[in-house]
Amino acid sequence: MSAPLSSESHSQLTLRNVTKRFHGRAGRVTAVEDITLQVKEGEFLVLVGPSGCGKSTLLSLLAGLEQVDEGSIKLDGADVVEPGRDRLVMFQQDALFPWLDALENVLFGLRLKPGLTDAERTEAARFYLDLVGLADKEKAHPHELSGGMRQRVALARSLAPNPRVLLMDEPFSALDALTRDQLYGDIQKIFKQRKKTIVLVTHNIREAVCLGDRVVLLSPNPGRVRQIFDINLPRPRRINDPALATLAADITTALSAHLEAPLEGLV
Amino acid sequence: MKTPRALVPVLIGLVVLGGWEWFVRSGRVDDVLVPAPTQIGDWFWAAFRDGSLASATWVTMRRLMLGFVIGAAIGIPVGALCARSSLARDTIGVLSLGLQTLPSVCWVPVAIIAFGQNEAAVLFVVVMGTVWAVVIAVQESVLSVQPLYLRAAMTMGSRGMHLWTRVIFPAALPGIISGLKQGWAFAWRSLMAAEIFVVILTGFGLGSLLHAGRELLRMDQVVGVMLVVVLVGLLADLIFFSPIERWLRRSRGLER
Repeated sequence: MSAPLSSESHSQLTLRNVTKRFHGRAGRVTAVEDITLQVKEGEFLVLVGPSGCGKSTLLSLLAGLEQVDEGSIKLDGADVVEPGRDRLVMFQQDALFPWLDALENVLFGLRLKPGLTDAERTEAARFYLDLVGLADKEKAHPHELSGGMRQRVALARSLAPNPRVLLMDEPFSALDALTRDQLYGDIQKIFKQRKKTIVLVTHNIREAVCLGDRVVLLSPNPGRVRQIFDINLPRPRRINDPALATLAADITTALSAHLEAPLEGLV
Repeated sequence: MKTPRALVPVLIGLVVLGGWEWFVRSGRVDDVLVPAPTQIGDWFWAAFRDGSLASATWVTMRRLMLGFVIGAAIGIPVGALCARSSLARDTIGVLSLGLQTLPSVCWVPVAIIAFGQNEAAVLFVVVMGTVWAVVIAVQESVLSVQPLYLRAAMTMGSRGMHLWTRVIFPAALPGIISGLKQGWAFAWRSLMAAEIFVVILTGFGLGSLLHAGRELLRMDQVVGVMLVVVLVGLLADLIFFSPIERWLRRSRGLER
């Protein structure tokens, strides 16, 4: 359990005192408050916490889809102010375009990437569809694919333009357990092969332990970093591994403690 | 052997036509008021041979197509503008909603005063019939495009025109097509009204033919032209709008 706040030199994605508020019907709500984090090159970071802890907001901020109210987010030293190809997102629903087939969906981001020929783009799209095991489905439209296959296409789509960081917003939560387990395997394989920096948001603590190098525990109202866990289990990890389950139980206990304890007592 | 589904309706139709023919021929009703199917058929044949039916249909279709295309060409960008800017929505959008409820035949007097009894007047009526429905449909369908699609596209670097042509319009297409279909229906009705009520000096369309039938007390002609009007409407739906809608629904998995 550590929060290395000093070694900024090796970190690629830096959040410094990030605060974000929303003006809703219930007045002003602070979604995340004073969050400072560093994501290292090639690290798999997982943000975990109960609903309302601002983890999805944090991901939107990283994606540049929302702007910070206070603090700063930097990628390789440059401020994150708008969405960009260097940070691609896998959403909770697959967000595939229903009017395009699988290959065209993967090509969507590639077509916006300059400096490639059409042949190179098609080749890259096929490579990534193959990587997620859907080489034979390139002509299928999203509605012809299962939920798991759609999320795989979405994964290929976010990987294909070769982003610096892959952001994942609970991409497994709408899938059945079996498909989810398969995808955990796929993601770890791809993470190892492609050496990507990944930030995953989830409310599933086992999932967090299974995938993450570090697990950041957030607490709600307002969203704050409560604790950071280093996960040193060997990869590839299996979700049913007893060691993993033990660690997940520890984090769950820590989470419940934070939820029950009054805020002032902890800060 | 399985009987084709169309067989029974066709048989019923033939029985009704036969009954109608028999009823008129038996002298129970004046055939000036109720012409027999064969009399209507005779009119069709005559109008077909002297070319008046074809020329009237052509004149009407040309007006309808031209007016519809102009109406759509104005309506689609204006609708998109209304979806994008709340100022446009509060002004043009509200105006469109109001004018859409105005029966398009109400534009006929305006058009005649402004343009005279000519093509410009008919075209104006058809465009007015089309444009408001299209504006509203495009505005509504663009506004209801799933924000998730926009977010996904934007993270991949799509902006401005690319976002409009590759994401917003494809996503809104089903709604835009139903808007066009509605615009077409309004245009068709307003054109008929204009042609029936006003003598358009620059060309005689189906409406004029219908009007002439009334003047001559030719019920066979009146019913015959009405059948053509129905046929044109059906064909537009059958060979244009329905296939597009079916293709859209199929390719997006909304229909098998």
